Amino acid sequence: MSKVHIKNGRVIDPKNRVDAKQDVFIAEGKIAALGKAPAGFRAERTLAADALVVCPGLIDLSARLREPGFEYKATLASEMQAAVAGGVTSLACPPDTDPPLDEPGLVEMLKYRAKSLNLAHVYPLGALTWKLGGERLTEMAVLRDAGCIAFSHADTPLSDTQMLWRALQYAATFGIAVWLRPQDGFLARGGVAHDGEVATRLGLPGIPAFAETIALATILQLVRATRTRVHLCRLSTAEGVAMLRAAKKEGLPVSCDASAHHAHLSEIDLGYFDSHCNVIPPFRSLRDRDALRAGLADGTIDALCSDHAPVDEDAKQLPFAESEPGVTGLELLLPLALKWAEEMRVALPEALAMVTSKPAAILGVPAGDIAAGRDADVCVFDPSAQVKITADSLKSQGKNTPFIGYELPGRVRYTLVGGQVVYEA
Amino acid sequence: MRNPQLNGDGKLQHLLTIEGLPREILVHILDTAASFIGVTEREVKKVPLLRGKSVFNLFFEPSTRTRTTFEIAAKRLSADVINLNITVSSSTKGETLLDTVDNLCAMHADMFVVRHSSSGAAHLIASHVAPHVHVINAGDGRHAHPTQGLLDIYTIRHYKKDFTGLSVAIVGDVLHSRVARSLIHGLTTLGAPDVRVIGPRTLLPTGVEQLGVSVHHDMREGLAGCDVVVMLRLQNERMKGPLLPSAQEFFKSYGLTPQKLVLAKPDAIVMHPGPMNRGVEIDSSVADGPHSVILPQVTFGIAVRMAVMSILAGN
Repeated sequence: MSKVHIKNGRVIDPKNRVDAKQDVFIAEGKIAALGKAPAGFRAERTLAADALVVCPGLIDLSARLREPGFEYKATLASEMQAAVAGGVTSLACPPDTDPPLDEPGLVEMLKYRAKSLNLAHVYPLGALTWKLGGERLTEMAVLRDAGCIAFSHADTPLSDTQMLWRALQYAATFGIAVWLRPQDGFLARGGVAHDGEVATRLGLPGIPAFAETIALATILQLVRATRTRVHLCRLSTAEGVAMLRAAKKEGLPVSCDASAHHAHLSEIDLGYFDSHCNVIPPFRSLRDRDALRAGLADGTIDALCSDHAPVDEDAKQLPFAESEPGVTGLELLLPLALKWAEEMRVALPEALAMVTSKPAAILGVPAGDIAAGRDADVCVFDPSAQVKITADSLKSQGKNTPFIGYELPGRVRYTLVGGQVVYEA
Repeated sequence: MRNPQLNGDGKLQHLLTIEGLPREILVHILDTAASFIGVTEREVKKVPLLRGKSVFNLFFEPSTRTRTTFEIAAKRLSADVINLNITVSSSTKGETLLDTVDNLCAMHADMFVVRHSSSGAAHLIASHVAPHVHVINAGDGRHAHPTQGLLDIYTIRHYKKDFTGLSVAIVGDVLHSRVARSLIHGLTTLGAPDVRVIGPRTLLPTGVEQLGVSVHHDMREGLAGCDVVVMLRLQNERMKGPLLPSAQEFFKSYGLTPQKLVLAKPDAIVMHPGPMNRGVEIDSSVADGPHSVILPQVTFGIAVRMAVMSILAGN
């Protein structure tokens, strides 16, 4: 293991309330010291970080790596490269692979394949029900032992509330957290866009905002009954944010996230049927978007994630409703978080907390900070760089993002995982 | 964002939707259509404006009337017309929409007339074809059916001359209707001050009033004093289910009968884009009665489609 000296950077470690110009010393894959070099430290590599920010590697709560089953969209290798190019050193991947992550063998295989690439750490989310079919519980305890960090139903509706109740009870038995995206499957059926002015004008079937809030009300009621730790994924509505605010005030064991693209875009961005804006949940009204931005700023929403979903170009070159939903996002998580912070006048450490320490706390993993003794997962970026996003500039196999052509703040210069420089630009 | 149906000079490159088209372009199409009415009534019904051009009728959804009138319009302009009914062809073999279009472009298509069940299909094709190729949307999902909207406003102008004092009622399944959307945009662009939509709440889209219409659920109230009544087709599969309990109840509440029609102005005209469901949205005695201009609509439709094709070919 090499010794690395990150010199003269602005170290921002939100969890430990560090924001100071100082050096970082890495040895044996761990943070050896901050500020002053440990006795006898001889760097094998020195990274000049003048005018750069040194922060914990980013933690993404939702990134689809498309393996197993969808290798034509993207591969583990391509998406792990994308992750480190985006400064992401840990990620949770949803179970909506093919087959879904419902057996220990699949989870172990994914963990093993990810580990052998030696890039970002991968934390699989197990399927909450067998084949995500909504009818049979998975072996959660066994799957947890195989490496599942929590359990989720991905974007598949779990309409059977009896099943949901039992799944939450069962998970709580083992102290397992459940991640749910609140959307009523019946109300969302057939819809592809926010049920509002734009969908009406474009003639697209709508998903009403109450598809989210009704599901949310059900979930919160079940949390009240079972006290299961539940993480709510991808909030999209103003009312949803208000419900979470109240639930937290009440003391329910809940957390929530929003996707980085939802913090910026709204139904208006669909323009003339831009299929890159076909996302789950749909881009909603400006009012909803503004509520998400405010909810992130006031701490109601705990984390920003990329909700990375690489889609091949063929699946996007279709009429809007027939195109496959999803955006590629691993490499845009940091820029979009920075853009949100700039626009909302949120200080840099708070913005970085949304993609480092706070998601780490939701995952419950020892990462997301750079205290001495931690694994040296570090992101070094230039906060003043403005980068034009192009298809060619993305390492991800998916080029599907509505932000192509945007100039976004922040350029990742170095990403270190376990003390190794795994990406530099 | 540039309007994708206009070229760099602001002229019509494609006809995808009436929304966003300037008034002058609409009036130019209507005036050009009027000049073609004479052609359609002559013994030799042909002009050479599209001679040597290949028009592909690309229908991914079944249609008789629209496809036929486009075919007649193209032939009267002396174009070569190729009809493709893709529902029974490539798409069942797994070919993508754009692959189909690429293949037809390789056969030197000059113009596509496209009907598709998905909103935005014509926009997608228009964004994909070479700059000399023109796309006409002949109906995409629930979104737009601009030539139908144009023939509707042509018909209204023919009988009512002027839009500025007009009350127009659009009745029925607005939710799924591309015809209604296109007509609403046409009427608001041309300055019709009073456009009403009438239907049960289940068949009106969220926020429809933002299109510039007033909303009525009581048909008698909605028809009162109007100059034009446009009845929309109710698809069979929507007559029983979550949106409506039965065709009978729909007819009772929203079917156009002579008793309801008397609430409109005495010289009101009745329109329907076809095909009609007699006894569901319209009573036969109204459909065939003195107020009905449903068959002239079809005739005007040919002239309007000739106008659109000739204008596109000239730009």
